[in-house]
Amino acid sequence: MPHRTFFWFIFPSLLAMLLFIALPIGSVIVQSVHQQHEQVLRTVENQGPFGTTTSTVVDQEATRALREAEPLGRFVGLDVYFDRAHLAVEEVGQAWAATDSIGAFVDRLMNLPFYRALIFTLTYVIVVTPLTILLGLAVALGVNGLPRMFKGPTIFVSLLPMMVTPLVGALVLYWMLEQNGILGSALQSLTGDPTLSLRASTPLTWITLFAYGVWSSAPFAFIVYYAGLQTVPQDPLEAAMVDGASRWQRIRYVVIPHLAPLTVFIALIQLMDNFRVLEPVISFNAGANAPSLAYSIYSDLRGEIALFNSAAATSMLTIIGVSILLTPVLIRTWRDFNAKRGH
Amino acid sequence: MSATVSSQRKSTALVVVSTTFVVLWVLIAAFPFFWTLWGSFKVESDFFSRNDWTNALTGIRTQIETGGAFTGQAYEGAWIREEFWRAALNTTIVVFSTVVISLTLGTLGGYALARSGYRYAFWLLMLALIFRAMPHITLVSGYLLPFFEWNVWGHLPTAIIVLVAINQPFTLWMLHSFFLQIPKDLDESAMVDGCSRFEAFWRVIVPVMWPGVITTGLFSFLLAYNDFQVTALVLSQENQTMVPKIASFLGSTFEAGNVMFAVAAVVSATAPLFVLVLFFQRQIVSGLTAGAVKG
Repeated sequence: MPHRTFFWFIFPSLLAMLLFIALPIGSVIVQSVHQQHEQVLRTVENQGPFGTTTSTVVDQEATRALREAEPLGRFVGLDVYFDRAHLAVEEVGQAWAATDSIGAFVDRLMNLPFYRALIFTLTYVIVVTPLTILLGLAVALGVNGLPRMFKGPTIFVSLLPMMVTPLVGALVLYWMLEQNGILGSALQSLTGDPTLSLRASTPLTWITLFAYGVWSSAPFAFIVYYAGLQTVPQDPLEAAMVDGASRWQRIRYVVIPHLAPLTVFIALIQLMDNFRVLEPVISFNAGANAPSLAYSIYSDLRGEIALFNSAAATSMLTIIGVSILLTPVLIRTWRDFNAKRGH
Repeated sequence: MSATVSSQRKSTALVVVSTTFVVLWVLIAAFPFFWTLWGSFKVESDFFSRNDWTNALTGIRTQIETGGAFTGQAYEGAWIREEFWRAALNTTIVVFSTVVISLTLGTLGGYALARSGYRYAFWLLMLALIFRAMPHITLVSGYLLPFFEWNVWGHLPTAIIVLVAINQPFTLWMLHSFFLQIPKDLDESAMVDGCSRFEAFWRVIVPVMWPGVITTGLFSFLLAYNDFQVTALVLSQENQTMVPKIASFLGSTFEAGNVMFAVAAVVSATAPLFVLVLFFQRQIVSGLTAGAVKG
């Protein structure tokens, strides 16, 4: 296709992506190196009974005028990145010096908003991704063994947790797990602790969020694996049976290697999606116990006064995190592409 | 295809274990929805019973408060008093426009990427992949300040354009791989007969592209319908779509009974998705696996 024709075909799509994906990233970078203007101070002279005193007051009007005129604020370089709400270089240094074990250091880190969000997000990614893959594989093997007439309805039901709106799916689970919900009260009577509640216990909040994560993404892994199972080569399977391999050995040495490339694909999609977890944190009302990186951006933007600069800095740090996760994929795709061109 | 792994001989114990497991999974996947649907016709003190969870089954409080075992109070409150119908209308507008515009831009772009053969087409696809990985909330954090400054914040068209753009990377990938499957000879022979590239696309490719477009459209629909991050932050209160509206019910649950509005709204917002999955299960499954199985 000539370059000119190609350009006109792709132009609308490309324009949309440049304006609303590439430019905003630029906008985030610019916002993150600015800081809202400080309050304008004014010295006032007071004629008092004991002579003239001077005091400093905040000039509300001038402050508002200045902030309105320059909503972006003033240029501060990387200050926002290093402040207490983000990388908190100073506080981390102090914590490192003051603590003598890794556990105590991590405890101190958990009090810093950015690190708390980072630790929660990474734990979420690390816990949910492998469990999703395992559950998905198990369900796929199970459904594959069902009689034909049950397969369709089972697949329909299995798709539901993934297809529903994340905020809604998380709410549906939360209402059951809540103190007064059916599972919440079951948990209370099982443990014999009538005060047990999600809101009060950080570990419980984390565990239920992980459970939501696995529940909502396992269907994706299931569908991909199930499709993979339909294309398992029959010859090696039969050969293995002739050689007396047990069912487990056939799964282990024939089926699983066949599914391995799919696992890479599922893991990549899951890593990307789990890293930006936001909705369940809102549905579970868990912003205090289990904030994710996306949640801290959201709450910065949603506050009484929107903290654009702070949100932008966290966004940049999140984008850097995503890029680190994504680099291996890009390198791999690049190699594949070059290999194809070589032929 | 006919002889799959399942057709090998199996021991009874294994069949029992694996069937139990699937039944358990089906319960875990489906029960929360049935429970919420059931509870949405009860009053709050039954569905979130402080005393006894069986109240939700028997509906004691619902009997006392409304005189029947089931009540439509929650739906009435959500749809009429809290004007959920307005949010539903907004969702319809946003989702419909997003899907139509996304597919129009996506088919043109995807077709060009599939037929180009130059190296830059690959780079554009890579760029789209990187764009797809961007968390939406970070993009929203880039929009808000400029949108406020330009006075475009809060309107439905703004949300539509943003959703179309966010949708493009995925749409391009999906349609690009779909167009690769349509033989090149088809449009090239039309061009030999004197069609321009666009005429060839319009007369030869468009009539045969619908299966791929429908599958891609389903996913565009889901992205726009399920979106929370863009619509919650970019739309003003009166233009809210369903999902941010549900989130806003949660903020006002101090008033008794309001949480039931959220329950009713959740059921209402989930119903269309059930119907969608019911009718398009095959397309959804093939769309989900297209990227994986074919490489």
